[in-house]
Amino acid sequence: MALLAGAFLSVPAYAATVDQVKSRGYLICGSNPGLPGFGLPDDKGNWAGFDIDFCRAVAATIFNDPNKVRFVPLTAKDRFTALQSGEIDVLSRNTTWTQSREVAQGFLFPAVTYYDGQGFMVRKKLGVNSATDLDGASICVQQGTTTELNLADYFRTHNKKYEPVVFATADEAIKAYDSGRCDSFTTDGSQLVSERLKLGTPDDHIILPEVISKEPLGPTVRQGDDQWFNLVRWTAFAMLDAEELGVTQKNADEMAKGTNPEVRRLLGAEGNYGSNLGLTQDWALRIVKNVGNYGEVFDRNLGDGSRLKLKRGLNALYNKGGLQYAPPIR
Amino acid sequence: MSAPAAPLATERPPFWNDPFWRGLASQILLAAIVAFIVIEATINARDNMHARGIPTDLSFWNMPAGFDINQSFVAYSAVWPYGRAFVVGLLNTLFVAIVGVILATIVGFAVGAARLSKSWLLARLATVYVEVIRNVPLLLQLLFWYNAVLKPLPGPRQSVDIFGFAFVNNRGLFVPEPVARAGFDYVLIALGIGIIGSIIFWYVARRRQMRTGEQWPVMRVSVGLILGLPILVYFLLGRPLEFAVPQLRGFNFVGGIRLSPELVALLLSLILYTASFIAEIVRAGIQSVPRGQTEAALALGLRPGPLRRLVVMPQAMRVIIPPLTNQYLNLTKNSSLAVFIGYPDLVQIFAGTVLNQTGAAVQVIFITMAVYLAISLATSAVMNLYARHTAIRER
Repeated sequence: MALLAGAFLSVPAYAATVDQVKSRGYLICGSNPGLPGFGLPDDKGNWAGFDIDFCRAVAATIFNDPNKVRFVPLTAKDRFTALQSGEIDVLSRNTTWTQSREVAQGFLFPAVTYYDGQGFMVRKKLGVNSATDLDGASICVQQGTTTELNLADYFRTHNKKYEPVVFATADEAIKAYDSGRCDSFTTDGSQLVSERLKLGTPDDHIILPEVISKEPLGPTVRQGDDQWFNLVRWTAFAMLDAEELGVTQKNADEMAKGTNPEVRRLLGAEGNYGSNLGLTQDWALRIVKNVGNYGEVFDRNLGDGSRLKLKRGLNALYNKGGLQYAPPIR
Repeated sequence: MSAPAAPLATERPPFWNDPFWRGLASQILLAAIVAFIVIEATINARDNMHARGIPTDLSFWNMPAGFDINQSFVAYSAVWPYGRAFVVGLLNTLFVAIVGVILATIVGFAVGAARLSKSWLLARLATVYVEVIRNVPLLLQLLFWYNAVLKPLPGPRQSVDIFGFAFVNNRGLFVPEPVARAGFDYVLIALGIGIIGSIIFWYVARRRQMRTGEQWPVMRVSVGLILGLPILVYFLLGRPLEFAVPQLRGFNFVGGIRLSPELVALLLSLILYTASFIAEIVRAGIQSVPRGQTEAALALGLRPGPLRRLVVMPQAMRVIIPPLTNQYLNLTKNSSLAVFIGYPDLVQIFAGTVLNQTGAAVQVIFITMAVYLAISLATSAVMNLYARHTAIRER
């Protein structure tokens, strides 16, 4: 109903998103309602996580304050209508970039912040070591995800039967798995690691080796505002470029005074690359100083500095064997 | 009659003071405003959606759905189109609504009658049931049945075994599936003959009773015809019906009929909740029949059975039907709470997954609302027909 009202009432000609955000005084970011490592409020209501820090980076580049952002927790099912109707400025909620979402549904994916793939979790005592052994199993899955579709594809390709048990939220799905309603729980690999830590005894559960899909996850924006798309995209790229150039939260100010022209351009010491984004000259410096570079954000939320202890893997920089590659700022 | 019409009657007020024209003008104005708002909202919504690249048509209907559904009354798999997924969801909703309405009616009438029972214990138990169930929110009851009762059941390998025939575990209730062999058609034909025969017998017996006042044992003969005849044929033909008992294989049971925990939880909560309201409606309906009616019937020598069937219930039904219709509509609409436990009903499949995968939010929501409206209107049309049938006919 909120969507219908939104579709009817919103003004046809809309102002540039960045101007709306500035005049409002804060960014509105659609986030995961509770996925440790990616987006989760702590007991004081402070949001933390990889996707959360991305929104903080966007807020930092606009306001030079990573806290000028309001988070709207959204289920997988509700996230797109919230973005369509203008309820949020940007969706940063481990959302997979797909052709139909971009071509047919009116969204754009400015960047891939996390390369992921779908996997399965099972109880150790089942004695299952491979996803190919899951013939006839009941599998819990979250509704409105690419996961639901990949699952159907996988069992179709392998000509095996299964019972999908579909829930509106990840929480309900993992609870149903935990209670024994399902033999397996399936979602993106990173989310499996995170959800496993929520279970009573995580060691009773294993993640099967198969990765059955490509899940390029990243922020999502509405179509029709190129400037906003660019702002979100280059926020992600600036974080990657900062890591590649060795610019960190601590040394950013010093590095800006250095001689490396690439670093000087990134941090606004040379040229003015922020103005066309509707931002200031030090737009990228603000990101790195307030939130950190890509590697720092990854380590803090998902890597060695977190409970998840995820390896960089595909998300290492391109010159370190991964896929993360940002175009140069010039 | 002889005098010409008085001038008062011919002198009409100017049209702007004429109540007819005034009424007409205000109604046209109102209709125009409503039409303007609807058209403007539609155009605005369409333009906004178009500007944002959101689909505005139903072209998704024939595209492959790509997701699986764990309960379907028609052939379905991920390769079928979204339109088929809609049908699957609709049938799952109708199944819950129809089974729910029938069972809630039975339970509701039984409890309603029990509340008026002369047995102190029975009446108190019925009261406690009604007061507890109808005063706890339905969603909580649904979550209770699903999370607290059905999910903690043992896993498939430790299933609760009911005489080696049916099995209960946290994957559902597994019962044997009847499998017809050659010759079973004759049993069905016998059943048909039994039903038609007992209708004819009932009709003849009624005519006879009208004419002579003599009664024939309609009930016993009907039971004999409807049950006895098919059973006789069944054994004569060497029992042409087998039961496929569910077998544990791999992760789950295979064979037999499976009722998922989601379905059982949804039906249980809807039936028990709605029945508590129906019980109150039935009690009120029966109590609305004046005592004098019962006394008069007793004075005529009617026994308690015919007294209830012929005097009390026909009058009580007139009071019961309208609120009962409301309860049927409520049950149908409440079945959309299925989304909370993952039962694949219309809302879960169509307004959930399909909406999300296609992005066609406005179309999908409108279709879903139209479907519930159609189901509700159809239900009340049927109930109104029945109400007209039971209405007082002046003779």
